[in-house]
Amino acid sequence: MPEPVQLTTFGVTEIEAQQALDRVKVRDVEYADLYFESRTSESVSMEEGIVKRAAKSVSQGVGVRATAGEKTGFAYSDELTKRDLEVAADTARYIANSPKGHSTVPVPTQRRPTRDLYPIERAKAEVATPERVALLNEIDAEARRYDPRIKNVMASFNTEYKVVVVATSEGTLVGDIQPLSRLQITCIAEDRDNRQVGSFGGGGRVAFAYYREDNRHLSYAREAAREAILNLSAVDAPAGVMPVVLAGGWPGILLHEAIGHGLEADFNRKKTSAFSSLIGKRVASDVCTIVDDGTLPFRRGSLNMDDEGTPTGSTTLIEKGILRGYITDKLNARLMGIPLTGNGRRENYQSVVLPRMTNTFMLAGESDPHDIIRSVKKGLYAVSFGGGQVDITNGKFVFSASEAYLIEDGQVTKPVKGATLIGNGPEILTKVSMVGHDLKLDNGIGTCGKDGQSVPVGVGLPTIKVDEITVGGTQR
Amino acid sequence: MLQAQQKTEPTVTANGYAQLATDVLAQAKACGATEADIVVADGETFSVQVRVGTVDRLTKAREKRLGLRVFIGKRSATTSTSDFSRASLNQLVADTCTLAGAVVEDDVSGLPDAGHMAVEQPDLDLYDDTVLDTDTQIDWAKRGEAAAFATDPRVTNSEGAEFDSSSGRVVLANSHGFVGSYRSSNFSLSVSPIATESTTGGMQRDAWYQVQRKFARLASAESIGQEAARRAIRRLGARKVATKRVPVVFDQETAGSLLANVCSAVSGYGLYKRASFLLDQLGQTIASDLITVYDDGRMVGGLGSRPFDGEGLATRKNTIVERGVLKSYLLDTYSGKKLGLPSTGNASRSVGESPSVGPTNFYLVPGEKSQQEIIGSVKEGLFVTELIGFGINMVTGDYSRGACGFWIENGELAYPVEEITIAGNLKQMLKDIDVIGNDLVFRGRIASPTVKIAEMMVAGN
Repeated sequence: MPEPVQLTTFGVTEIEAQQALDRVKVRDVEYADLYFESRTSESVSMEEGIVKRAAKSVSQGVGVRATAGEKTGFAYSDELTKRDLEVAADTARYIANSPKGHSTVPVPTQRRPTRDLYPIERAKAEVATPERVALLNEIDAEARRYDPRIKNVMASFNTEYKVVVVATSEGTLVGDIQPLSRLQITCIAEDRDNRQVGSFGGGGRVAFAYYREDNRHLSYAREAAREAILNLSAVDAPAGVMPVVLAGGWPGILLHEAIGHGLEADFNRKKTSAFSSLIGKRVASDVCTIVDDGTLPFRRGSLNMDDEGTPTGSTTLIEKGILRGYITDKLNARLMGIPLTGNGRRENYQSVVLPRMTNTFMLAGESDPHDIIRSVKKGLYAVSFGGGQVDITNGKFVFSASEAYLIEDGQVTKPVKGATLIGNGPEILTKVSMVGHDLKLDNGIGTCGKDGQSVPVGVGLPTIKVDEITVGGTQR
Repeated sequence: MLQAQQKTEPTVTANGYAQLATDVLAQAKACGATEADIVVADGETFSVQVRVGTVDRLTKAREKRLGLRVFIGKRSATTSTSDFSRASLNQLVADTCTLAGAVVEDDVSGLPDAGHMAVEQPDLDLYDDTVLDTDTQIDWAKRGEAAAFATDPRVTNSEGAEFDSSSGRVVLANSHGFVGSYRSSNFSLSVSPIATESTTGGMQRDAWYQVQRKFARLASAESIGQEAARRAIRRLGARKVATKRVPVVFDQETAGSLLANVCSAVSGYGLYKRASFLLDQLGQTIASDLITVYDDGRMVGGLGSRPFDGEGLATRKNTIVERGVLKSYLLDTYSGKKLGLPSTGNASRSVGESPSVGPTNFYLVPGEKSQQEIIGSVKEGLFVTELIGFGINMVTGDYSRGACGFWIENGELAYPVEEITIAGNLKQMLKDIDVIGNDLVFRGRIASPTVKIAEMMVAGN
């Protein structure tokens, strides 16, 4: 069990928190919370063979929120005095149109999260800068050793150490410590006039030692170098509709874009999602079962509790092709009368809570990955991707390959230049005809953007075959 | 009216921050720093979202932040905090010096030369002291959304309308004795309606928006809502098209995104890292001779204007591309030194990060044809109104993005299209621009009129 994080960390007493909640929770306000956050971010980065940049940033503040019906009033402050809490509380309750008639909220009782998915001592998460510098130096050497055509290596190592306490008008007071780190490497390969890029990275809610286990950092360096060198020989990508085999792991970004966002409760409550009326309906072939699971130890998308203090869980989104449920925060669960899934997340104390994904992945199927590739006469095998995006309302989504190959007569042949794949969310998974037994989660690099807020997430996928999807290359 | 009382402490003036900055710089020096600079930014923000006629979310806050960069010889580090207490700032200075001691010497690091710092700080009319009460701002959002609903019965739902206002101040000071400050403000309205096709139930969302430094310059809320509705409705019934190589017309918004790609490619950091498709092209023809691009940091009232850049150098008007020839990169001191060139006054600075390069007001000089004439000149092709995804490789220029818009037949917009991609390579696309529109409007820091590219691959069925 993690040690309970005390409000006193923020120089605030439980009485002051309760008084602020009392002040905000006027008659029409159904729910109010205070979100205290302190965050220390550190980064070192290297390029041209030297670690030339180091940065550290410290921020602390409180977000005060009141909800009444569909309305949310929100204020935040980087000062934590009693007076600042009062000002924020008065702003937050403005939406309630009812300045009188305070109700008394229960005295908050300190709870601790019921589990600890990332038991890491602070000293093991935030190592001294020289150790970070040494890590990056070894990466640079390894990538250049991989091939003399690697002309530049850019690597960065970022850590974040976040302490949060949530006090709610329901009388809960719960805190969590959320370490997070990420190692990212980009290589530039040059062969005469041909210049190409390759990237690789990973991380999670892990200690620094994770990156050195089995020389993981060096394997990342080789992967980035390999992708850059491979792309030197890539041919132009094809254009048009064709079968596509997605490799396991990070290509799970397909699920995140194609269906994940569309199943966030806010869009469905507002009926602005292409999935709005599809609960209980078939939206995927029966080999597809997809979950969102925030409880996987040490994962980038995992949390002991969400940012409303609700324990995270595992939510089945699609079961054997049938749409089963949405992911929710407190506001949307209450308004829609559906279960609270522990997906209320916010980027920081300056932003409001939204229903967001944690780790979203498809469960393993029964096919052999080699058989999946062998089943394709002419198509694309996509192994790694850059980013993706979706239009929630019409369901159209894209994601862009950074490493892909042609499949010709059941064989993986030439590497092709990156191309964007485009499809329709509610349709695409009905075209999944084979699911491999090789489920892989990504390495811990995903950041999801919504309404201008970024939060860390994970994705995962076994090897799958999509019978047809539009590939946006340049060649007929 | 919002009656939340303000704190009674005296308002911190720019002079107050200048004093704070001077104190921290002195302390950094005592800690061993040979050079240092500091940014202090504060501001107030207000935001209201209205959805289907009622307030969905109301946000209000004040915030402040201080960023410190120190150099110990040729080593440097950057830190930031929102806690301005004496104890916190002492810790910050000590941490920064320790961090700087841990990195490797970088020969070209350092502040700009003392003699190059901005001398004048012209008033570029970036600040409006209009204070709007809460109800006025809610009303703007409500009227914008209501106008969208009133435009057409097919507007059935809404992602909402949002009105934002913010104002802030930036103080920059360095160990050369430079102290600069300016205030700025922004007022914006966006409306995002959803239109539904009655027969199929298919939904389409679109949006329209405006941003101004001055409240009085905002166009009516109604005009924004009506345009948003028009844009959503015209997308109803969109379909895929067959894969085909055709001329592609980019509207102002999507042409602006192409120009943003050019902006990234001429940024000094991408260039010295050899991560730009415009590497080693200075003085070479990189685009059609119709293309002239300026970056003007001194445009009065401009959304990207500022009197000095993130290092305290004077901003100015730079010619980036002239009749297709690449004339200048966008540089700060560091990336300039790496490329053997002087800064162009384009240092951009987020508090807490070392400077990078950013555009000020970066725009493509308009041509003579109206958008309608350009579309009219196309026998069969695509008119792009929205691009999605990240399918741009800045190292190679390879380009492949999701698109929606309209199919052009015989010079007319025949029907809306979606679920297609457009692909090519930016190096070739820039050279293939064969018409530029006369419709340049500044809606952000990067602005372009309509452009037409002779041919691209459109992938669909």
